[in-house]
Amino acid sequence: MTLAARIIPCLDVKDGRVVKGVNFVDLRDAGDPAEQAAVYDAQHADEICFLDISASHEGRGTLMDVVRRTAERCFTPLTVGGGVRAVEDVRALLLAGADKAAINTAAIKTPDLIDAASAKFGAQCIVVAIDAKAVAHDRWEIFTHGGRTATGKDAVAFAIEAVERGAGELLVTSMDRDGTGAGYDIALLHAISSRVRAPVIASGGAGGLQDLVDAVKLGGASAVLAASIFHFGRHTLAEARAAMKAAGIDVRPL
Amino acid sequence: MQTIAVIDYGSGNLRSVERALLEAAARANRRREVRVTSDPAFVRRADRIVLPGQGAFAECMGGLKRAEGLAEALVERVRTDGAPFLGVCVGMQLLVELGLERETTAGLAWMPGVCRKLEPHGATLPHMGWNAARIVRPHPVFDALAPAAHVYFAHSFIVDLKTETDAAAFTTHGETFASAVARDNVLGVQFHPEKSQDAGLALLARFVDWTP
Repeated sequence: MTLAARIIPCLDVKDGRVVKGVNFVDLRDAGDPAEQAAVYDAQHADEICFLDISASHEGRGTLMDVVRRTAERCFTPLTVGGGVRAVEDVRALLLAGADKAAINTAAIKTPDLIDAASAKFGAQCIVVAIDAKAVAHDRWEIFTHGGRTATGKDAVAFAIEAVERGAGELLVTSMDRDGTGAGYDIALLHAISSRVRAPVIASGGAGGLQDLVDAVKLGGASAVLAASIFHFGRHTLAEARAAMKAAGIDVRPL
Repeated sequence: MQTIAVIDYGSGNLRSVERALLEAAARANRRREVRVTSDPAFVRRADRIVLPGQGAFAECMGGLKRAEGLAEALVERVRTDGAPFLGVCVGMQLLVELGLERETTAGLAWMPGVCRKLEPHGATLPHMGWNAARIVRPHPVFDALAPAAHVYFAHSFIVDLKTETDAAAFTTHGETFASAVARDNVLGVQFHPEKSQDAGLALLARFVDWTP
């Protein structure tokens, strides 16, 4: 028995409602995040993730009420990201019932935040979210603000730096693939997972069950995060688990 | 009604532990008052005590000591009176003599051993996610878990026990380490029962009703 690969349904949240768009525009509404999280909890999601996709550019705080209502009824780990700018934001999320805070834009702008949050709360609850676009063969650049702002930072180099600074996990999203259903960017995942010791969560582009398998087997991801394929009933978590198991991946036995 | 004190010394996600204990008590048809507290008087008369913990050993131990009279009340209630006790994650790690995270820090020393970094041997660190806890001997609380039930872990440090019989379960990630400990009225789990869905709630349901 080894550590199981995790399947993480992700709920993109805006104004307290679940949304999922194609490349972060053209949002569709799929309900109350806490309700949706309870459904995934009942389906034995290995973790649940909320990303407040509008927080960093609209200056909104993270969705404490949604987090609180979710933690009331879900006994599964909850990661929340979006708008985390300071150590106090991490603390507020943890107090509301989140288990991990995902830091995105602020980690790029002020990497010292990673060190400070990790020292304060432990690496195990600090996720650094990296949104990357391919800019050349085997080269990816980090973008912030929902993919609108180029940073000039190399994604792989920053991933290594983030782990050295105390990130307990990396949430690696391909901005090229996000919302397309064309599959994760396996080369990006592999480039990062082969260079860091921390677990890598694959994100952006899952369109089918084989994509989940490929992220783990080819990309070296420890976890797969997906939204649309679960939200709109295309696949259940049980189907995802079965497909990964059939491919020889260790998943949580139920 | 029996009371359960969830010790608050400024660490981590206490709300989840509180909620899980209430849910577990409800599932076991037991009425329990669960209170997140740093009040030594409440701890001194609590029927059961849970010590959560997240972050670094030194910071957690420091937090426990800084709260006026809290560590003393904890020691008195658990060590002298024999109240059922459960340490969770760093709350379990604090049970040993020494923490070797960043600096060397004295622990509660209720079990001989040290807390040190997990040697992942090429595996990921932190050890994050669902892994099997293999129960090694019968125990009224840990028997709630299936023989190799998967439970949720999120840690980089482990306890090295000097007394083998203190280990109640083992888990392997790079190396094999004690993922649950038991000595008399003192229990500890390296994993998070409050985040381990039905498996964790089943364990907590046994704990809220356990007479050592």
